[in-house]
Amino acid sequence: MRKRIKLLAGLAVLIITAGLLLSGCGGKDTGAKAGGDKEPYKIGAVIDISGPSSSLGIPERNTLQMLTEKINAAGGINGHPLELTILDNKSDETEAVLAVKKLIDQQKVLAVIGCSSSGPSMAMIDTVQKEKVPMISLAAASKIVEPVQERQWVFKTAQSDIVVVNRLAGYLKEKGLNKIAFLYMNNAYGDGGRIAFTAAAEPAGLQIVTEEKFEATDVDMTPQLTRVKASGAQAVVIWAIPPSASIVTKNFKDLGLSIPLLHSHGVGNQNFIDLAQGAADGVILPIGKLTVTGQIPDSDPQKEVLATYIDEYSKKYNSSPNSFGGYAWDAFYLLINAIEKAGPDRAAIRDQLEKTENYIGVSGVFNMSATDHNGLKEDSMVNVKIEGGQWKLLE
Amino acid sequence: MDKNIVFRAAAIIIFLVLPLLVKSNYLLGILIIIGLYTIIVIGLGILMGYAGQVSFGHAAFFGLGAYSVAVLSTAYRWPTFAALLAAVVVPGLLAALIGRPTLKLKELYLVLATLAFGILVHIFFNEAREITGGPSGLTGIPYLSLGGLVFDRDIKFYYLVWSTVLLISLGVNNLIHSRVGRALRAIRESEHAAETSGIDTASLKLQAFVFSAVLAGLAGGLYAYYVTFISPSPFGFHTSVLFVLMAVVGGLGTFWGPLLGTGLVVALGEILRWAVPLAIPGAGGEYQIIFFGVILVVIMIVKPEGLGSIIKFSKKSVEKGVR
Repeated sequence: MRKRIKLLAGLAVLIITAGLLLSGCGGKDTGAKAGGDKEPYKIGAVIDISGPSSSLGIPERNTLQMLTEKINAAGGINGHPLELTILDNKSDETEAVLAVKKLIDQQKVLAVIGCSSSGPSMAMIDTVQKEKVPMISLAAASKIVEPVQERQWVFKTAQSDIVVVNRLAGYLKEKGLNKIAFLYMNNAYGDGGRIAFTAAAEPAGLQIVTEEKFEATDVDMTPQLTRVKASGAQAVVIWAIPPSASIVTKNFKDLGLSIPLLHSHGVGNQNFIDLAQGAADGVILPIGKLTVTGQIPDSDPQKEVLATYIDEYSKKYNSSPNSFGGYAWDAFYLLINAIEKAGPDRAAIRDQLEKTENYIGVSGVFNMSATDHNGLKEDSMVNVKIEGGQWKLLE
Repeated sequence: MDKNIVFRAAAIIIFLVLPLLVKSNYLLGILIIIGLYTIIVIGLGILMGYAGQVSFGHAAFFGLGAYSVAVLSTAYRWPTFAALLAAVVVPGLLAALIGRPTLKLKELYLVLATLAFGILVHIFFNEAREITGGPSGLTGIPYLSLGGLVFDRDIKFYYLVWSTVLLISLGVNNLIHSRVGRALRAIRESEHAAETSGIDTASLKLQAFVFSAVLAGLAGGLYAYYVTFISPSPFGFHTSVLFVLMAVVGGLGTFWGPLLGTGLVVALGEILRWAVPLAIPGAGGEYQIIFFGVILVVIMIVKPEGLGSIIKFSKKSVEKGVR
């Protein structure tokens, strides 16, 4: 009996110390060593690979791994091989903080990419600001990079809510639709949309006649839509992601509402159309150009990079890329371009990121500045309409 | 000399010297998180191990502490120490308020009531936008400052958190060897017998509940000052379950249990973070849950009293040997 107890005690102590020591080394390195004996450049990524935001994180991880291999096969950055460490934060904020500390302390990375969603991204900011490490978030909320004077080291590649809102407001104004019903899912994404849309509505001359919310797990939004019907709205704007976004769209059709239905870019994947079971036809939304690459004119500066991304991603992973992976593509190349110019120096990399001009990426054409750490404008998106289960570019 | 004192003295020396050896903010970060969770699990250990009441709602008290600090130190510009006091008082008051009716319930019904309370508070964090910032959370929490000392670096925070753990452990150790501790243990063994012996069981259970809520609130307040950003998601049901897991794995009603249980669960999470993708490419954190499940089952089978009981047991046998 006592032997077994001692054994157990030993085992417990061993596991704890092993945890502390082992987690100190290692991590997942991708990409083979490229040619040359030069010191590798290390960068890190904290991605929501599992947990509620995993549908965002997985294409992002795939994209980053694919690009690291590509860079190293082409000889690395100025002859230095690139070493990328990707850590999973399980869509959790505390985990994200620990993961980014690990990347900075143990891996001594030059810069960090991540996270996929806004909460974990926000949680990492204090650490990167204190340690003075450049960070490029892949999440939407504009307060990740604002106010810029408190976020000197933080950049992001996803379009801010305000870009999407301005496109929606522009469309509504153009069509003369002034009375708007706004529906949103009750989480950080929906809430961010609500704040941005409410702020933009009045200057654009739009009146929000009713505001309704639903939970991400709700299976029936008929009550909310009934109130919308009674409100006399001329158009409905919904800020949500599937599956709830699909369900509310289905309910909308079932109730026989005939006013225009606008969604946010959160529904910009095939999943939304499939889950809505035909009800998605007629939905209008602003979206990154990736989804309609085949339809945008050849004169569009992004056309080439979009086609390259689709080609490379689908060859490697046998599935189509989506805009989330596109955020990772842009974060990766923004960083590589900056490192190329700055060398292995965190402060210089930050300065170069801020000076980014006319970088043509998957999500748009980036022009960063000391007051704008996102660098995307309304022209980074297009309005599309879903017709017959397909995305159709609107003029 | 008492073996126990040697053990504890060694632990204190390790605590003092460790940061000088590791010199890594990552390891300090893990140790800080372990420390914060240990504070909560100590309280939960008293509630579950001594008073015999299970709570699946302690993430709510943790969150209430964190939100008290976040709201009061940003929107109301309270001095950071005053906000930390509020992080202790608010969950304590709420626990006192709900404790009276809730603790009349027994076993599964009590579990359900605490679970419901946890979910209610989580909904409040999400919905009370004007106060809590809703699902987007609250940013701009200042660093904790005590009389000119600003806790802005991990190493300072490490000493703060672990000094707190130390003080609480010693306080709790004295408590459980007092009349109150014996009375609590009597309640765990048999509430009826305790009552017939003249112990005010209702009042003691309430006190244990409030005390554990106060500790969870304190940890929450410190968490907010450490991460400087909070949103509702770390304070959900999942976290409550994690706390119970830590308490049970560590061993209820033992001195070392909270530290061992928390250390094991957090350290294991960090190992699995990189070990799982190495073993199964493409696998994410969901596989970790399987490992946690396996550990819980193994410990419940092999050592149902938890890891903490190992040290206690060997101490006794050593004493016997000396005698």
